[in-house]
Amino acid sequence: MASPAYLDWNATAPLKQAARDAMRAALDDVGNASSPHAPGRRARRRIEDARAILAAQLAIDPARIVFTSGATEANATALTGARVLASAIEHASVAAWATAKCPVDQRGVLDLAALDRMLRDDPLLSIVAVMAVNNETGVMQPIGEAAEIAHRHGRRLHVDAVQAAGRMDLAPLAAVADTMSLSAHKMGGPQGIGALLLTDDLCATPLLRGGAQERRRRAGTENTAAIAGFGAAAAELAGDRTACAGIAELRDALEVELKARAGDLVIYGEGAPRSANTSCFGVPDLPAETVLMALDLEQIAVSSGSACSSGAVEPSPVLLAMGVDEAAARTAVRVSLGPASTRGDIDRLLSAWGSLYDRRRRRAA
Amino acid sequence: MTDFPPIDLDLPKGARVVVAMSGGVDSSVTAALVREAGYETIGITLRLYDDNGAPKRAGACCGGDDARDARAVADKLGIAHYVLDWASQFRANVIDDFVNEYVAGRTPIPCVRCNQRVKFADLLDSARDLGAAALATGHYARRTIEADGTALRRGREIARDQSYFLFATTQPQLDFLRFPLGDWPKDKVREAAAAFGLPVASKPDSQDICFVPDGRYADLVRKLRPDAAGPGEIVHIDGRALGTHDGVIGFTVGQRRGLKIAGDEPLYVVALDAAARRVVVGPRASLGRDQVSMRETNWLSLPDPAREIEVKLRSAQPPAAARVRATDTQARSAEIELAMPVEGVAPGQACVVYDGDRVLGGGWIETTRLGALAA
Repeated sequence: MASPAYLDWNATAPLKQAARDAMRAALDDVGNASSPHAPGRRARRRIEDARAILAAQLAIDPARIVFTSGATEANATALTGARVLASAIEHASVAAWATAKCPVDQRGVLDLAALDRMLRDDPLLSIVAVMAVNNETGVMQPIGEAAEIAHRHGRRLHVDAVQAAGRMDLAPLAAVADTMSLSAHKMGGPQGIGALLLTDDLCATPLLRGGAQERRRRAGTENTAAIAGFGAAAAELAGDRTACAGIAELRDALEVELKARAGDLVIYGEGAPRSANTSCFGVPDLPAETVLMALDLEQIAVSSGSACSSGAVEPSPVLLAMGVDEAAARTAVRVSLGPASTRGDIDRLLSAWGSLYDRRRRRAA
Repeated sequence: MTDFPPIDLDLPKGARVVVAMSGGVDSSVTAALVREAGYETIGITLRLYDDNGAPKRAGACCGGDDARDARAVADKLGIAHYVLDWASQFRANVIDDFVNEYVAGRTPIPCVRCNQRVKFADLLDSARDLGAAALATGHYARRTIEADGTALRRGREIARDQSYFLFATTQPQLDFLRFPLGDWPKDKVREAAAAFGLPVASKPDSQDICFVPDGRYADLVRKLRPDAAGPGEIVHIDGRALGTHDGVIGFTVGQRRGLKIAGDEPLYVVALDAAARRVVVGPRASLGRDQVSMRETNWLSLPDPAREIEVKLRSAQPPAAARVRATDTQARSAEIELAMPVEGVAPGQACVVYDGDRVLGGGWIETTRLGALAA
C-alpha cells in the first residue's frame, strides 16, 4: 500500500516542523505568563513573540490581537450580541450568529448589490460578516468592496480569514476588517488556538471573564505552547503563499483530468477567483459519502461539504446558496491541497476516483 | 483470540466484505467473525432516524447511541467504520409506508421494508461501489448454494429464525449477501461477543420497531397523519353496532384486548375497514381464514402448486401447511390455500412460503377469506 495521501488541508494542515519545535520548547518549560518571576516571564515572552510575528504578517499593532481557543471562539467573540448580516456561505461558527443572510451568485461570490441594498433597508444590522475564502469551494470573496459598502453604511466588517492564511496576503484584509478571525491549525500550527483581530475594544464582547489575560478580552491562563506553535507557523506564511502558487498547477491538472474521465463532472465555483489549493466537484448519482468511503479505503483523505457529526446530514448550505440543487449538493466532494501535496497524490486520487466512477457507471448501465 | 470455528463466506482470501453494523450484539459478532476469517472488513452503520431527545430505552437500534456502540466495536476490532445518515431515505421508504399501511387498516412490518428498500438496496449498492465482494449482516438466516441457485433458509435455531423478514430478498441480492450467524445459537453469539472483548456483549437484544422506541406506534401514526385518526364504529359481524373506537390505527386483526365492549362471549377484531372507519368484531370462531391473496410477491424459487408447502403468516406464528394455488409473476400476485383455517391473519403482514427450511419467497397479505366467504 502506498503512503497515505492527505488531501484535506482545508480541514486541517499537518503541523509544521517549526511549530512542533516551538511547542516542544514551551511544553518542556514551566511558567504561567501572568507570573512575574523568570519562568513566568519566559512564558510571557513566548506569547508576545508569537503575537509580534502574527502582527507583522498582518501589518497591524500587536495589541490588536487576542488569542482564542480557535476561530469559532474568535467569531463568537466578535459577533455575540450583534445583529449580523452574514454572507450565505459562511462557516457554521459565523452563520450561527446571522440575523440575515446576503446572497451569493452561482459562482459563489458575494452579491455586492444585495449587500448594499440589505444594509440600506435594515439600519439595525450592525455587523457585516464575510469570509475571505470559502472553505468548501475555495472561492475568494471581494473583501475590499464589502468593506467599502459596510463602512459607507456605518457598519462594521467581520472577516473570517481562516482559509485565506497561506493562500493570500492577510495584510490587505486586516487593513479593511474591523474584526478578523484566524485559526492556527489551517496554517500548520496546532489545533485549539486561534486569534481575533480587533480595531478597538468596543467591537468585541469578552466571553470569558475574571482574569486580566489578553488585556481583559479573554480571561484564562494562556495556552502558551499552542500560541508559540501558532507564531512559528505564521512566520512561514510567505513561503506558504509561494508554494500555493505552485499548487495551482496540481489542482488544475486534477480538474482537467477529472473532466476528461467524467463528462458529467461539475466543478463548483469554477468561474470565480478561487484559492489555488481547493477543488469542489461532483458527478450525478455518485454520493459524496460513497466517494469518501471508497477513497478512505485507498488511504486517500478528502472531504465532503455535507459532513456533520451529530444531527441529520444536510446538503451543504454553501452549495445550496449557490443555487445548486439538493441532489447535486449531496455529490460534492472537496479536495484541498497544501504545500506538501505532490503529483503522486493527485495520480492516486485520479486512479481511485476513476475506478469508483467506472464501477458506478457500469452498475447503473 | 477465540476458539470459535472460523466462518467460510465462500469468497477469495482477503476479499473486501462490508458488514452492516447496527451497534447490536449480533452484527458486532458478525463483524468480528468476518475479520477473524481474514477478510478485509468494513463496518457501515446506518443512522436511520433522529433519536435526539427520545427517551433512552434498551433494545432499540440504529439511532445515535447505537452508532457510537458500533464505532466502539469497530475500533476494538481495528476495522474501518463509517456512519451513514440515511434518515431521509428511511423516512421515505420505511416510516411513511408503515404509517400509510396502518392508516389503510393493515398491520405492516417495517423491518421487511427496511431490508428490501434500504439495507439490501442502497447499502448493498454502496458495498458494490466500494468494491466489496459481499455484504454480511447479523440476520439469523442461512444461505446455501443449490443446483438451482443460491437458497435462503431458516436460521438453525428456530426460535431465532429471521428468514420471515427476508422474504423480499431477490436472487441477485442473495448472491451478494452473507449471514454468518445463521448456524449459531444466540447464547453462543453472546459468548463470542464476550470472548472477542466487544463492548456490546451484554447489550440487550433489539426488540419491536426501532423507530418507535416506546412501542406506541399508534401515537406515531397519529402524529404523522393526524387526518387519519378519526373515530368510528365497532360493528359485530352479524351487523350489530356495539360501540365506538378512537381510530382504526389502534387495532390489528386477531386482537382481543382493548375493545372495551361488554358481552357474553369474548370478541376479537375480525377485520378493519379503514375507508368506513369501521372495526369489525366477532367471536373466535369467526377468526379462521384459509384463503390468502398476496401482492408484491417475490420468488427465489417458484412453488409447485401440486406440492404441499408451509407458510408463515406472522413472524411469531409456527408455519402452517398450505398450497400455492396460483402465482402470477407478471402481476406479482399469488393465492394461498391453507390446509386448515388459521386465526389472526392480518392484511399487511407477510405471507412467507417455505419448502422445509428453504424460503421459496412470499408476498404481502392483501385479503383473506374462509372458504367462499369473503372477509
